[in-house]
Amino acid sequence: MNPEVSIKEPHTDTLCYHCGQLCQEKLWLDEKVFCCYGCQTVYEILNANNLCRYYQLDQHPGVSQRERADENFLYLDEKLIRKKLLSFDSDHFARVTFSIPAIHCVSCIWLLENLPKIDGGVLRSETNFTQKSVTIDFNPSHTKLSHIAATLHSLGYAPLITLDGTQSQSNKKTDNKALLLKLALAGFCFGNVMLFSFPEYLGIARADAFLTRIFSWLNLLLSIPVFIYSSSDYLKSAWKSFTQRQINIDVPIAAGLMALFFRSAYDILSHTGPGYFDSFTGLVFFLLTGRWFQNKTYESLAFDRDFKSYFPLAVQRKENDGWKSVIVHQLLPGDPIRLRNMEIVPADSKLISAPAFIDYSFVTGESRPVKANPGDLVYAGGRLIGQPVEMVVEKSVSQSHLTSLWNNPAFGKTNESHYKKMIDRAARRFTWIVLFLAFATAIYWQITTPAQMWLVLTSVLMVACPCALALSAPFTFGNTLRVLGRHKLYLKNADVVERLAAINSVVLDKTGTITHGEKPKIEFIGKLTDEEQAAIHTLTGASSHPLSMMITSITFSNPLKVISNFKEIPGQGIEGVIDGQTYRIGSALFVGASPVVQAEGSSVFVAVNNEVIGYFLIATVIRKNIKRMIEALGSKMDALLSGDKQTQSDELRKLFPPSTLFFFNQSPHDKLEYIFNLQQNGKTVLMVGDGLNDSGALKQSDVGLAVTDRAGTFSPACDGILDGSQLGQLDKFIALSKSSITILKTAFVISFLYNAVALTFAMSGHLTPLVAAVLMPLSSISVVGFSTLAVTFTAKRKLS
Amino acid sequence: MIIVAALILISLIIAFVFLFLFFWNIRTGQYEDTYTPSVRMLFDDEIKKDTEATNTD
Repeated sequence: MNPEVSIKEPHTDTLCYHCGQLCQEKLWLDEKVFCCYGCQTVYEILNANNLCRYYQLDQHPGVSQRERADENFLYLDEKLIRKKLLSFDSDHFARVTFSIPAIHCVSCIWLLENLPKIDGGVLRSETNFTQKSVTIDFNPSHTKLSHIAATLHSLGYAPLITLDGTQSQSNKKTDNKALLLKLALAGFCFGNVMLFSFPEYLGIARADAFLTRIFSWLNLLLSIPVFIYSSSDYLKSAWKSFTQRQINIDVPIAAGLMALFFRSAYDILSHTGPGYFDSFTGLVFFLLTGRWFQNKTYESLAFDRDFKSYFPLAVQRKENDGWKSVIVHQLLPGDPIRLRNMEIVPADSKLISAPAFIDYSFVTGESRPVKANPGDLVYAGGRLIGQPVEMVVEKSVSQSHLTSLWNNPAFGKTNESHYKKMIDRAARRFTWIVLFLAFATAIYWQITTPAQMWLVLTSVLMVACPCALALSAPFTFGNTLRVLGRHKLYLKNADVVERLAAINSVVLDKTGTITHGEKPKIEFIGKLTDEEQAAIHTLTGASSHPLSMMITSITFSNPLKVISNFKEIPGQGIEGVIDGQTYRIGSALFVGASPVVQAEGSSVFVAVNNEVIGYFLIATVIRKNIKRMIEALGSKMDALLSGDKQTQSDELRKLFPPSTLFFFNQSPHDKLEYIFNLQQNGKTVLMVGDGLNDSGALKQSDVGLAVTDRAGTFSPACDGILDGSQLGQLDKFIALSKSSITILKTAFVISFLYNAVALTFAMSGHLTPLVAAVLMPLSSISVVGFSTLAVTFTAKRKLS
Repeated sequence: MIIVAALILISLIIAFVFLFLFFWNIRTGQYEDTYTPSVRMLFDDEIKKDTEATNTD
């Protein structure tokens, strides 16, 4: 029996004056039509402040207010929060920068820059369109931060507030700026030094010794800022590693740069030669280019890893003078708190008011809300659904359920990358080899031609600079990250590529990972008239229950009906009178039907005037295209873990090879334990899951990937975020990371070959500035080019 | 040949001026937002009332 549900095109073409969306119900004001009260309110505010030019700069510039949730910004006035947000604060002047994702057109810029007209305390506001942010100067004695945020929110430009990371972000920005300047200087000097070295390259200098002299001096002058400013990072890092008695890759680089610079300076000052300043500036330029490329790659992939950002930032606590908002970290056991609809429980608490329904989908990925009775313990991370409730905090935030899982030191992965260690070890060995060779050649030349000794020694030290070695890893992994990002797998950093390549055991979570959380299969068993469908749509649209929302998404009504006597009986169903008919939608018990025995999913019954007309059967669907992936993984496919009760297993069982183990009713700790045991048996485990509930397991695993259906909405701490549609490519992603390791190793070999050739030249005393100038950048470019092209090519072949 | 040296010095000085300008641009954040200022300069200073009928496109 197929459902009689069809989606019809709306037949009205009236667009909302504010947001330009089709109006399902029309609201008229000043001869303008609005789709919802939210849009109309924004218009009213703008009209009252003479800001209606907003609507002339761009057509329908507003953001739809239909889905707007009420937000409370009072917590922004807390001292600690203020301090974190404001970039400047005094009695009469303060500056804040809000990130506002809704900025999208000229009208937005205009309106946001006219903020002083709406809020008198705002002195000046400046929009940054590219970064979608607004910098607001205001007078704290005339307006409050929370008031500004609330004003922005009421206009449809809700600021996005994250307390963590804002500080480090600005730090990163200045770092990046400094790097860009260093790069610019190195590039500028490199170009000019090359020009001044031209006579030397072509050998036309003899006739004009005077000019050559001037050119040499100019080269020296141009190279000094490059040495002091552009290469300062390498010199400092090398110095640091010296003081810590450890040799890192920057030591040979710094030694090479210093040898090159001082030897060239000596050449010029003593009139013994033209120096190697072209090689020197070129080297610095290429090194910095590599570093900049690496930063850019990481920056575009940066995402929030901090767990605290998933909790509400502040919560209302009862104090002597009424309810006051406090930061969650200040909550203490015993504090009475109040939660409103859709707010997240900040800490494990005991419910003291009426029964409430908690949606743990944030924690478990399960969409069905759980009922909590007065006196019951409610766990952190759950979301309240329904009327406001009061609770008493049982555990302070840091100890609570989830954070205890989080803070378990076992979750900390070794952050140091294997390849970085490999490079460091190679560099250390390389440094010793080079030192030894330099010493040996020095003795040899001292005996045969003492006059040449110092020159050859510095030449040997100079080519020891393993710049190609330093560049190959960031370029290979950087490009791999980019390619994976294009295929919607966003990895945290390059180390993950490396770990992903080493995977020999895969563990999958069920709910939301291999089954859809987003597009459930819904069937209506029974018959529905258009009239009834419209009524059901209207009624379920009034409820925020996940099952209601699913039903709303597949039914249609235009225009929305008028409901009277709406009642939502939590955990049972909803009830309302539409067009004189009483509709009840909910559990079998609620509508008075006999429960059906069904193998899977949930059923939602519909009754009109106490007569049951049928029920919705809602099943979660297994994702497409994962069969091939599971087959390709073969024996690596280790287990399927699920927090669910055992359903659907026949269908699932067929998907997996017989060796795959199935576990149901798994708690977060069970999952973690399972992965821990696998690791104890010497496996390198990839965990793919979703939800904070898996987060312990994701952290424990060698690589934890979170699957999400709506990119950007949910990013738990994990090593990577995988778009749900791409899960079927998982085996290919692992194969690509393996190839990138091979590519990296090949790049190492190439760069070692280059260095070997250069060393032979240097040791035999044949290293002229020209050879150095050709060899050094050439080796860097060829290694970088090789790794970049190889990754792109492999990706095309593997991920087509 | 001294003239060549002089020309080179002059060209270097000009080049440095541009390098300096680039440094100044970066430091003052002129590349951070290349769109908003171009729009901002077109906004009228005074907002007149009831221009809706004449100004819509």
